[in-house]
Parts: sequence; C-alpha cells; structure tokens
Amino acid sequence: MAQSAASQPSLPARAAPKRRSEAVNGLLMVSPTALYALLLLAAPLVTIFTYSFLTDGYLTVELTPTLGSYVEAWTNEVYRVVMLRSLGVAMAVTLVTVVLAFPIAYYVSFYVDPSRKSLWLFLITIPFWTSYLIRVFLWKVILGFNGVVNSGLMGLGLIDEPLTFLLYNTNSIVITLAHAYAPFAILPIFVALEKIDRSFLEAGRDLGESSFVTFLRVTLPLAMPGVISAVMIVFIPTIGDYVTPHLVGGPEGKMVANLVQVLYLKLDNYPLGSALAVSSMLLVGLVLMMAAMQLAIFGYVFKRIAGTTPLILAIFTALAAAQALLLLVVVLWLITDSAVLTVSLGAALHAVALVALRRKRSAL
Amino acid sequence: MSSEKPVMIEFRDVHKYYGDYHALRGINATIRAGEFFSLLGPSGCGKTTLLRTIAGFEGISSGAVMIGGEDMADVPANQRPTNMVFQSYAIFPHLTVAENVGFGLRKDPRTKAEKAKAVDEALGMVGLTGYGARAAHALSGGQRQRVALARALILKPKVLLLDEPLSALDKKMREQMQVELIKLQRQVGITFILVTHDQEEALVMSDRIAVMFEGQIAQLADPETLYRRPASRKVADFIGTMNFLPAKILSEAGGKVEVEAQGFGKMTLNADQVMSAEGAAGGATVGFRPETLTILFDGQATAEQHCDAVVEEVVYYGDMTYYDIKIQGCDSAVRLSMRNVFGRPVLEIGTKTRVAWSAGALVLFR
Repeated sequence: MAQSAASQPSLPARAAPKRRSEAVNGLLMVSPTALYALLLLAAPLVTIFTYSFLTDGYLTVELTPTLGSYVEAWTNEVYRVVMLRSLGVAMAVTLVTVVLAFPIAYYVSFYVDPSRKSLWLFLITIPFWTSYLIRVFLWKVILGFNGVVNSGLMGLGLIDEPLTFLLYNTNSIVITLAHAYAPFAILPIFVALEKIDRSFLEAGRDLGESSFVTFLRVTLPLAMPGVISAVMIVFIPTIGDYVTPHLVGGPEGKMVANLVQVLYLKLDNYPLGSALAVSSMLLVGLVLMMAAMQLAIFGYVFKRIAGTTPLILAIFTALAAAQALLLLVVVLWLITDSAVLTVSLGAALHAVALVALRRKRSAL
Repeated sequence: MSSEKPVMIEFRDVHKYYGDYHALRGINATIRAGEFFSLLGPSGCGKTTLLRTIAGFEGISSGAVMIGGEDMADVPANQRPTNMVFQSYAIFPHLTVAENVGFGLRKDPRTKAEKAKAVDEALGMVGLTGYGARAAHALSGGQRQRVALARALILKPKVLLLDEPLSALDKKMREQMQVELIKLQRQVGITFILVTHDQEEALVMSDRIAVMFEGQIAQLADPETLYRRPASRKVADFIGTMNFLPAKILSEAGGKVEVEAQGFGKMTLNADQVMSAEGAAGGATVGFRPETLTILFDGQATAEQHCDAVVEEVVYYGDMTYYDIKIQGCDSAVRLSMRNVFGRPVLEIGTKTRVAWSAGALVLFR
C-alpha cells in the first residue's frame, strides 16, 4: 500500500522520456518523405518563384529584382492567348472527362454484380498498362489524315476526303487527355457512389419521387464529393500538360507548358518562363478557389446548414464575391485588351450576382 | 371489433422466388384498416420480403397484393399509398431535418408557408419541435427514427410500413418508442405494419400478429391467442417460454381428449386446446407457460390439481423468480415463474414443495 503510493509520483516522470522518444521516432519516420518533399517539391518551386522576379540577361540571369517578366506574361498577347487556351482546354477536358466518367461509375456501382465490380475496375485501369506516350501516339494513328477514323469514314463512303479538324488542334488534345484521365475521374465518383446507402434511393421512391427525380435529389448530391475530387484530379494536371499538346496539338494547340519549355530551353529566358509558370499556377489556384467558394456559398447560403450565423454567412458571401470578382477580372483581362472594359464588366456582373444572391436568401 | 373495419391489405396466394429460392410460399392474409399488424419471425422467414411487396420494392412471382381493394401489380413504389420507415431510417444526410421531413411534399400543391407549417406539425407529432434546422447527420439514433416517422406520416399514407424500426435502439429507448408508436398509431388511425424478430415487441404493440416461418404464415392471431394457444410446437417455441411434457392420448370423444401427461396424471382437454405438433420430434406433448404453474407455499389452499416437486435451480430477477423444478415422475425439469410478492420467500435449491396447475392452461401438441 505505502509502496505503491510512494511509487506513484515517479510514474509521470518515467513516462515522459518515453513520450519524447516517441515524438523523435515519429519525426525520424517521416523525415525521409519530408526531405524528399522538401528537396524535390519545395526547392524547385522556390527556385522558380525566385527566378520569376529576376531580370533576364543574354544567356545569364541577373540578380536585379523586377516585375518585368510578369508584366510581359500578362500583357503580351501570345502568352495571354496561350494561357486562355490552356484554361479552356483544361476546362473542356474536365467537363468531357467527368461527364463521361459519371455514367460509367454509376453503371459499375449500381448495375454491376458486386462479385464483378473488382473485375470492372481492373478493366478500367488497363489503359495504364501501356506507356502514356504510346497512348498519345495511338490517338495520332486513330485521328490522323490517313488514320482509322478517316479511312473508316471514307471506306463507308460517308466522306470524300479526309477530315482535317480531327488532329493537330485543341480537339485532339481534349480527346486524348479525356481518354487518359478517364480512370482518374471514374474511380473517385465510383467510390462516392458506393458509399450511398441503397435504402436512400428506396426512400426517395417511397416518398413519391420517380427514379429520375430521386437520382437528381438524392444520388447526385451525395455523389458530389466524388465529382469534386474528379474535377480537381483532372483539371490540375491537364492545365499544365506538356506532352499531349506537343504531340497532337499542332501549331494551333500549344499550351502554357509548351511555352514554358520554349522559354527555358530554346530562348534561355528563365525569368519569363518562371513568371509564366507561376502565373498558370495562380490561375489554377484561383479557378479552384472560386469553385470551392461557390460550393461553400451553396452550402451555407442556399442550404442554411445548422449553425450558420449571420456573421459566417456574411464572411462567406464576401469571400466568395471577392474571389469571383478577382477571377472574372483575370479572365476578362485574358480575353480582352481593354482594362477599363474588364473592370466595368466585372463590376456589373458582380452586382448582378450579389442581387441574385440576396433575393435567393430572402426567399428562404 | 377490428373485424368490422374494412379490409386494407389483402394477400392472395402470394409467391416469391429469388432464382430457385422460394422466399414466399403462398401467403394468404388480410389486414384491416387502422390495425397495428405485425409480421413476426426469425431472420430469413420472409417477413421483410412480404413487407417490401406491399411497398412495391419487391415484385411477386404469382398471386396478388391488394391495397384498399386495388391490385398493386402495376403500381410502382412511388405511386402506392404506403410509406415506409426503413431499418436504417434512410435519413438523407445532405438535407436538414425539415428538408428530410418535407422531402415528399415537392408535388404538394400547398404554398411554401403551408408546407413549412405541415413540417413543423409533423415534427411536433414525433416530439422533435424545433429540430427542423438541424443537420440530419447530427442526430442520435432515436431522433433519426422520429424524423423517419415524421417524414412518412406527413404524407398521410393509408398504410405505414415499419421495417424493424426499433432494432437499432438500446433497450430503454426501445421500450419508450414502443409505447410512443402505439400512441401515435391510435392518434393518426393509420394502418401500421411492423416487421420484427422480437416476439416481445410484437406482443406489446400489435392488434394482430402473423408468425412466419420459411415463407409461410404459421399462425395469424391476436397476441393473447398467440401466447396462450400457439397453433404449433414451432410457434410455441418461438414465442415466450413453454414447458413440454411427454403425454399419452387415452381417448377422444365429442371433441374432448383425455390425456395422461408425465407427472401431471390424467386430465381432459377441450378441442381448442389441441394443436399441431409441427416442429416437434417424437410423440404428443402437453405444453404450458411458466406462469401457469404455481408453487403452493405452506398453509396455502390446495388448488384443483397439484403434485409434489423439488426445486433444482433458482434464477432471481427482482420482480420475478424463475424456478427450474422437477415434478415427481417427470424425466426433466420444467420452468415456472413466481412474482416476488412482499412477504413471499424465495425458495432454495433442493426445497421440496408442491405445485398447482389448471388443466385449462395446458395445450396438447400432437
């Protein structure tokens, strides 16, 4: 009795070094990955970021800080057109991929026998077994002047001469990328659909809705997390894709990554290449942030989730509005030449959006 | 009294196959309007399948399911006058409580304000006033069930289907909800059909119970009949505790049967006490519930029929004591229960005593 009471105070002291060593152990265990991430991800990013603010000299980089590269990247029409094209291609690829992936994921999740689902997922990932380059080249074979599609259509007598809009433009980039990223879109949507309790669908039917309306009111909202993941997974890599536009894009299909490559390796203009790379990263970040904010608005304003105070509501509305405005300005700047037009158009659209938002809120 | 009410649901020789598996094997039954009806049986007996044929989630292979005199063969689930409380409750996680409850009102011609009022009323009916703005995923099990109830009842269905609604709740909550459900049913007057594997729950809540085994209805009766006069050994085994003693049939005349049961001696039973021996191995048996056997304490008046016995096991429950006793001349012990009335001692193992019974409480299975 006395012994145990005496030993008690020493217990925490004995436990403490062990806990500290556990923390050290943990750090030791993550350190290889952390080092890897620091060296191979953070360091190059910092380098590029630094380069983008330096001055370009002939064959060298001078250490004079300047914003000149950014001014060039954002005002020169060539870069603006290419950035806009990259954004457009990435959005088109995302749209096509997710819209086509959803029915496949839906079919596998809802109609394929549970014992065969793994087989289906396995089949969906089979394209990954060949090299990405080979897949791109295969699309060249399919879409080319004397390719599968053209010779097939000519053999059927549907066309007299080969179609030229199939290859070496943004269409072929979208087709190729949509095919390449299909599994990345199918899998997250499939996972989200798998998580939906099937009794929700029966409940929807039981409460008087047809299968289609039940899909719209129950399945689709519950699958949204998967759709959002799919959008991010497809959108972020495609906007910076380099190989596909290089191989199937032709002169009309150059994207940001191609320009960055030319600036770095052909023209030896590291600062401008870096500024362009950073700008495109910013663009991706802006687009995604805006999308996220719109979703948050949807959640907080329209659905009125419990615990939404007027303050939170106001903050979210203001944040989303600010981001929407920012993105609008950027996009309009990319499209038009006139800064005045851009700002006034953006302000007008912003005002419309706010009015619409306010009306929706008061309706609730 | 219930027989005066109109028929709400009628099963006409309903069969259901899943491939080669014969899930429902000729169900014939009628459920009357305003009845609290239970489908009771072990898992896999087809009770949930039968419920789902009413809701329209499960087609039938042959026969007919009629609701309000109408054949439901071509009526899809979303157009049937039924609503269901699912075993998992199926509360939509992406909607608030009020949106869940109002889910089925989309096509309702009423104005938004009227619908909101109806939702509030429905929430009030299940005791969730003020919960409308809460997120559905933040509710407890009992609250989810109330939301599921409100969501179904707001549509004023002719029939409310409940698929094991209480099985996910703890014992106390379950008992509370049983009483609330009975009150609610009386209040709204809608036909309730409950699926359960819990015989006690079925006895407590139902006006009538259909006991199902292997895709067939073994007995359809009110709770008291089911308990006192189970139609077969199988039903008797499933509902409550029943003791069985081997018996010999001596003679039959004019519907009356004279039997000699082990330990109990000779007695005469009426025709309504003679049941099927289905589910039993061996010959005829007499069965009786634990509470129909009474220990005669010292000085207590001798009952009509009694015999000597020895206490073999004592299980004390607080309000009740269960005794396993060996009646003189019996091969095995039988269980009897005594209410622990104030001043009555709890007997010890090995005590020699006398037990009394009444022939009217016995059932003969043959």
